Amino acid sequence: MMHDIYYIVSGPMVWISMVLFAAGSLYRVFSMGLLAAKKDHVVISYMNIRYALRSILHWIIPYASISMRRRPVMTAVAFSFHICLILTPIFLLAHVLLIKESWNISWWYLPDRIADAMTLTVIAGCIFFLIRRAIRPEVRYLTDASDYFLLALVAAPFASGFWAAQHWPGYNLALVIHILSGEVLLASIPFTRFSHMLFFPFTRGYMGSEFGGVRKAKDW
Amino acid sequence: MSYWGFRKVMSVSAKALPKVLDDSIDKAADRLAADQISAVIERLLYNEGGARLKTYMETCAHCGLCSDACHHYLSNNKDPKFSPAGKVRQTIDLIIRKKGNVSIEFIKRACEIAFTECNLCRRCVLYCPFGIDVAYLMIFVRRICHQLGVVPKFIQDTAHSHSATFNQMWVKEDEWIDTLFWQEEEAREEIPGLRIPVDQECAEIFYSVIGPEPKFRAQLIYQAAVIMNVAGMSWTMTAKPGWDSSNMCMYTGDHEMTARLKKVHFEAALRLKTKRIVMGECGHAFRSVTDVGNRYLGWKAPPLPVVHAIEFYHELISNKRINIVQKFDKPVTFHDPCNIVRGGGLHELARGIIDKTCEHFVEMHPNREHNYCCNAGGGIINCGPPYTSKRVRSNRVKADQLRDAKSWGARTIIAPCHNCHGGLEDIIKFYQLDMDIKFFSDIIYGCMDKNHPLTTEAIKKY
Ligand code: HEM
Ligand code: HEM
Ligand code: SF4
Ligand code: SF4
Repeated sequence: MMHDIYYIVSGPMVWISMVLFAAGSLYRVFSMGLLAAKKDHVVISYMNIRYALRSILHWIIPYASISMRRRPVMTAVAFSFHICLILTPIFLLAHVLLIKESWNISWWYLPDRIADAMTLTVIAGCIFFLIRRAIRPEVRYLTDASDYFLLALVAAPFASGFWAAQHWPGYNLALVIHILSGEVLLASIPFTRFSHMLFFPFTRGYMGSEFGGVRKAKDW
Repeated sequence: MSYWGFRKVMSVSAKALPKVLDDSIDKAADRLAADQISAVIERLLYNEGGARLKTYMETCAHCGLCSDACHHYLSNNKDPKFSPAGKVRQTIDLIIRKKGNVSIEFIKRACEIAFTECNLCRRCVLYCPFGIDVAYLMIFVRRICHQLGVVPKFIQDTAHSHSATFNQMWVKEDEWIDTLFWQEEEAREEIPGLRIPVDQECAEIFYSVIGPEPKFRAQLIYQAAVIMNVAGMSWTMTAKPGWDSSNMCMYTGDHEMTARLKKVHFEAALRLKTKRIVMGECGHAFRSVTDVGNRYLGWKAPPLPVVHAIEFYHELISNKRINIVQKFDKPVTFHDPCNIVRGGGLHELARGIIDKTCEHFVEMHPNREHNYCCNAGGGIINCGPPYTSKRVRSNRVKADQLRDAKSWGARTIIAPCHNCHGGLEDIIKFYQLDMDIKFFSDIIYGCMDKNHPLTTEAIKKY
């Protein structure tokens, strides 16, 4: 029984989630682009690569904006959270091996100890966001159930993956939960607020273009 | 009396925001039928709600980082209802989730939020990591209110004036021409032979002012005329509609009138075959001409160069068309108006003028792109007396910022924007700051050499 489930989640469903992620992302970005061309042509007319990049750079380099400098702890957590969130699954030995097995391609991988630390960083980040959400009035005011749900969705594959990697009791169950939740997370990116990953370059780049090109001012 | 004519005596003691007495929102909203609301909203969401609306709403991570940007939030004891994303949540977010099926009470509240709790100042864009434009979202809400006919009456009155007369203050044509002649006559006593050219073709400069100038601040026309004449500029104003560059329709959500107003303004300048528009010291007018109106007309940029007074004065001083012979001796600080600094990047030029004309300069903090709004902008002051008290209380941080600048020595605030003057005057009075406010033209007029060789030369030509 466990074996069957394992077979399904680690076989066809991996494909499904990857296709949903890739095709979904392309669809979201392209359809949004088409909508912009139809109803928000300003976005396209005023987009300016130089100013877009100028703004994006000021917001993906830690502490390059005044807003980030004003909240040093939040910035540190947000950056380490996002960096570990994206890099850990890509450079994890277990994942690299699985990909090598199926496609016979492989790349550099993280030493286990470091992967463990990065996994814990992501989990800690989720806990930080959770507490912040619960106790800071201005964040709580913006929060509804979906925000907690999304945080749980991010934490799930990391927590269960860590559990499995430590070979703690219930390894099989943890692994199945891990793989399943990982797939759900990946597939959900284009269709939930995680799509901020796809749209970040556009929202920031557009504002950067407006500020740089039209308003001749900094936006960081 | 204040410039806007409606300042009341207020006591500093009360804590909570006062109850607002504006029945126009209630009256207008109570007339609405429920299906009318959803029909109007659905139509607007479909026709005008495009990629920006969708992306902003979906991308917002609900992180609250924008809160610290907003003076409404900071001044109201960090009440999250006043944070940028908080205002979005109470308005457009729910409107979209309910697909427009919202109640009359909801529309009243949304109207109050969008018109009187956000200045469209875009400071929050500098604090949101995604650059989500809350001002755009609040304009969308105002647009909905406008289409429902639910708009605070004082600002709607200015919009009506714009529609009927193409100026903001119901100034009639003869009154306008009279004002120009009157100012010309007065200024001739100081500078014999001075002229305010009206409808003169092929002048280099089309000079435009805003409606409140002939109405309340005619001395600004006087000063501009002196500066133009002393510098020997080739300039003209127009007697016809189009002399007023202001645009309150931009703030009521009336995009169609916004575009018509700008069209009339541009056409007035083009009809006279002038080479560029020079505008007086106004912020929202600058935004409407250089950033908003041209877009609604389908133009990426204005059809002829548009120059704000700051750029113009800077040019005159650097080219030595006017000579500064003495410096303003009281210590000054500078209030960066949102629409020409965050919206026009004129902050360094402004400091350049101060450097040339003022003895002693104190920066207020934060400054430049990060300066706090005066809380008059975005049409809030134009919503009139019912909201004055709320407006002033909702900008305690501005008072703190000014008080700091004062403790560092500043006595005079330079604010090259009409709305900022109105807003800061009220703040100074309410918080008993005892500072005075000036335009650049006040300073330059006072410090320039009025016997420049160019002056006599130009005047001789007439
Ligand atoms: C977005 C999705 C995913 C994320 C974020 C993720 C993340 C992780 C993490 C953080 C670990 C533990 C690393 C450690 O502490 O050393 C892990 C382990 C693992 N993951 Fe994933 N993973 C994802 C998807 C998948 C999928 C789809 C599969 C399989 C098809 C998979 C298979 C494994 C395996 C086999 C391990 C190792 C467990 C062990 O050490 O025995 N993961 N993953
Ligand atoms: C490279 C792409 C990404 C960028 C630029 C990005 C950017 C951001 C930013 C600017 C925030 C706002 C708060 C903060 O500064 O942390 C945020 C929050 C968040 N991001 Fe991302 N993100 C990216 C990818 C992702 C992905 C792939 C996920 C998950 C699958 C994710 C999950 C989250 C979560 C859960 C939060 C919310 C934190 C909270 O609850 O306050 N991000 N992201
Ligand atoms: S645009 Fe200005 S007033 Fe409006 S929410 Fe943002 S910071 Fe506040
Ligand atoms: S900072 Fe931006 S993403 Fe965060 S709550 Fe405010 S608008 Fe939303």
